[in-house]
Amino acid sequence: MQNLSFGYSGNDPLLADMSLTLQPGSFHFLTGPSGAGKTTFLRLCYADLLPTAGRMTAFGQDVRGLSRDGIAALRRRVGVVHQDTQFLDHLPVAENIALPLIVSGQQVDMAALGDLLAWVQLSGHARARPPELSGGERQRAALARAVIMSPDLILADEPTGNLDWDMSMRLLQLLIELNRSGKAVLIATHDLNLIRAAKQQVQARVLRIAGKRLQLAGADL
Amino acid sequence: MKKPDLKSLDLATLWRGLTRPDPAGTDRVVPPTGFTAQLTVFSAAAMAFLAVFALALALATGRLAERWSTELAQTVTVRIAAPENQLDEQTATVMEVLKTTPGIAEARLLPDSEVEQLLEPWFGPDVPVEALPVPRLIEVTEDRDGFDAEALRLRLQGEAPGAVLDDHTRWRQPLVSAATRLRVLGLFSLLLIAAASGAMITLAAKAALAANGQVIRVLRLIGARDITIATAFVRRFTRRAAMGSVAGMVLGMAAIWALPSVDQAGGFLTGLGFHGWGWLWPLLIPLCAAGIGFVATRWAALKMLREVR
Repeated sequence: MQNLSFGYSGNDPLLADMSLTLQPGSFHFLTGPSGAGKTTFLRLCYADLLPTAGRMTAFGQDVRGLSRDGIAALRRRVGVVHQDTQFLDHLPVAENIALPLIVSGQQVDMAALGDLLAWVQLSGHARARPPELSGGERQRAALARAVIMSPDLILADEPTGNLDWDMSMRLLQLLIELNRSGKAVLIATHDLNLIRAAKQQVQARVLRIAGKRLQLAGADL
Repeated sequence: MKKPDLKSLDLATLWRGLTRPDPAGTDRVVPPTGFTAQLTVFSAAAMAFLAVFALALALATGRLAERWSTELAQTVTVRIAAPENQLDEQTATVMEVLKTTPGIAEARLLPDSEVEQLLEPWFGPDVPVEALPVPRLIEVTEDRDGFDAEALRLRLQGEAPGAVLDDHTRWRQPLVSAATRLRVLGLFSLLLIAAASGAMITLAAKAALAANGQVIRVLRLIGARDITIATAFVRRFTRRAAMGSVAGMVLGMAAIWALPSVDQAGGFLTGLGFHGWGWLWPLLIPLCAAGIGFVATRWAALKMLREVR
C-alpha cells in the first residue's frame, strides 16, 4: 500500500497516509489501541474495503481495478483468521475447513484434510458443528480454513483474543510454522506478551497504528 | 463506491453451472431452508395444477370456436312451417329452389329420426315426432363460392311462404364470440399463473437469500465467486419449481382425464380436456416453471449479491 487513507465518513479518515509492503516470508504484528483501525486495516488488505485515497496493490494488481471475480481470486490467495471466526454453522467442522476448496470447485483430498485437522489438533472434532467447539478450537479451525488453499499471505485478527495463554502459544506456534514454510503473516493484536513470545522465535516486525498513521514499533517491546 | 459488476452471472454461465453435476458438493454450502422449500414446491404444484386447467380451457374453447365458426360459415337451415296439407308441396318447392340456387352444394331434408335426435335433449327419448307440429328442416351446405342469402330469402318468401332461411348467425355468432373470448381468458390465465409463480418463487428466493445473508458474506470472504453462490441458490429453487410443477401437472392431467367424456356429458360442449397430441401440451408446464424459477432466483440473487462486497 502506498499513501493509503481510509475513512468510513467522508472528511474524517480513520487511517491516513499509510505505506507498507508485505514481502513473502515476512512476519508482522499490527498493534494499537482498541478502535485504532486494526481490523479496518486488515479488511483493506483482503479488499473487503477500498481505500478512499492512495493505492492498494495485491499480488501486482491494483485492488480498485479488480472485478468481483478478481476480488474472489485475491481472497483465495489470502487466508484470513477472523476475530469472530465466521463459520457456517450447518456444516461440520471438517467441511467448514474445506470450504475454500469446495467453493472454488476443487476436489477435497480427504487424507490432506485429515492431516490438517491433526495439525490443529481437531481430529476428534471433524464431525462436530462449529457451535459445539470451544473458543480455542474455533480459532484453530479458523486457522486451518485460512491455510487450506496454501495462501501466500495469512492475516489474523486478534486470533488469541479469547484464548488462555497455553492455547495462545499453541496457535502462535502454528502461525510460526506457516511462516517458516514461506508464507507472509500479519497478526493484528494488542497482546504484547504474544508479540514478545513470537520475537524469540522469528524475525518479526511490529507495526503500530497511532494517530491514524502506521508506525514502526519494536524498540520498546 | 463504484457499481459492482456481476458479469459472471450472465444467463449462459449460470445455466452451465446449473446443468453441470455438483461433485464438489457446492450446493451444501447453502443451509437447508425447510419452510421456503416446502412453500416453493407447494406453490409450484398448485400453479401447475391450475395451469393444466387453464390450458385445457384454452384448448377446448379454441376447438369450440373453430368448430362453430366452420359450421357457421358452411351450413344453413331452411325451416318449413306450413299447414299440414301444404307441407309436402312447400317442401318440394323449397328443395327445387335450393337445387337451382347457385352456390349451394347440397340440400338435405332431415329425416324424422334426426329431428327426433335434435329434440331429444328437451323432450327425452322416444319423442312422437309425428304427433307434434314439428317443422320440416332442410340442411343446406354451401360450396366454396357461397350463395346470396338475401336473394334466396326473398325467393323462398315468394315461392314457399312457410319457409324460413336460418343462417344461424343470430344465435351462433355470440357463442363463437364467447368461445373466442374464453380462449383469450384461458391464455391470459396462463400468463397470470406464470407471473404469480414467478412472484412467489422470487419472494421465496429472496427470503432464503436474506435469511442466508451471513452465509453469503462468509462465502465471499473465503473467495467464492458470485456465480458459485448464485448457482447454489438457483439450482435449488429451479429444482423445487420443476419438482412441484411436475407433481401439479400430473395431478391436473389425472383430474382432466377423470372428467366425464364428451358423449357421457351429452355433447353440448366439446369437452374440457385434451385430444390426441394435445396431451403433450401440459408437459411444457414443468419446463416453464423451471425457467421461471431460474430467472426469478437469478434476479433475486443478483440483487442480494450487489449488497455484499
